[in-house]
Amino acid sequence: MAQSKTAVIRSDLDIVIARTMARDAAKALGFGAIDQARIATAVSELARNIFLYAGTGTVTVKEVEKNTRKGIEIVCEDQGPGITNIDLVMQDGYSTSRGMGMGLPGAKRLMDDFSIRSQEGVGTTITCRKWRT
Amino acid sequence: MDSLRIPILKIGDILIASIQVALHDASAVQFKDDLLQKIHDTRARGVIIDLTALDVVDSFIGRLIADIAAMAGLMGTRVVLTGLQPAVAITLVELGLELPRVLTALNLEKGLSMMQRLTEENGDGAV
Repeated sequence: MAQSKTAVIRSDLDIVIARTMARDAAKALGFGAIDQARIATAVSELARNIFLYAGTGTVTVKEVEKNTRKGIEIVCEDQGPGITNIDLVMQDGYSTSRGMGMGLPGAKRLMDDFSIRSQEGVGTTITCRKWRT
Repeated sequence: MDSLRIPILKIGDILIASIQVALHDASAVQFKDDLLQKIHDTRARGVIIDLTALDVVDSFIGRLIADIAAMAGLMGTRVVLTGLQPAVAITLVELGLELPRVLTALNLEKGLSMMQRLTEENGDGAV
């Protein structure tokens, strides 16, 4: 998997397309079945957040390497309203929508590295990685 | 695009729905509505939802299944979830969705015998 792949999120159908893309990429990179499910589920949560809060955005997956470790990196970007209080949205059970408030903290638990960059009125970028064991 | 409809089969007074494809949100909500209506129409005493074919269950689908079980329970119908793959069970717990109030069985066969026991114990179907 030399190149990155991007899915555009515009509807709930695109959530399924994005997570299938991520699962296929994880499989191609040699992740096992359980990590494939973790990665696909995390992408599902993050893509749904884009759909619910920003309306549209993108999910990009690519291969990453650190020292000798290989992994997958997922970048979710939107130009939505941004997150005012990141500590708050990372709390289990916090939700402003119909969700259960486990989207972001849940996705973080399923991945190895997780970071959020967000600016009110500008948008949000979430970058997360999973390393192959 | 029309939302996809999940077939719901009736055997005796038990309904069986086997979810074979990845559900997007609208089709999942459609499934909930269809299933509750079918419980009402058929007066089913139990429902088995088989997830053997699903390789991803995210928090939206997990919450919807918990909702279906609670709603069917209000109508007097038990729901048993069957066939969760190991990877799905692992990701659900890691997500924080343990579905504590949903009855589960390893596979459809064990789910059917569990359902038979449940509905025999409660002859009137109400639990």
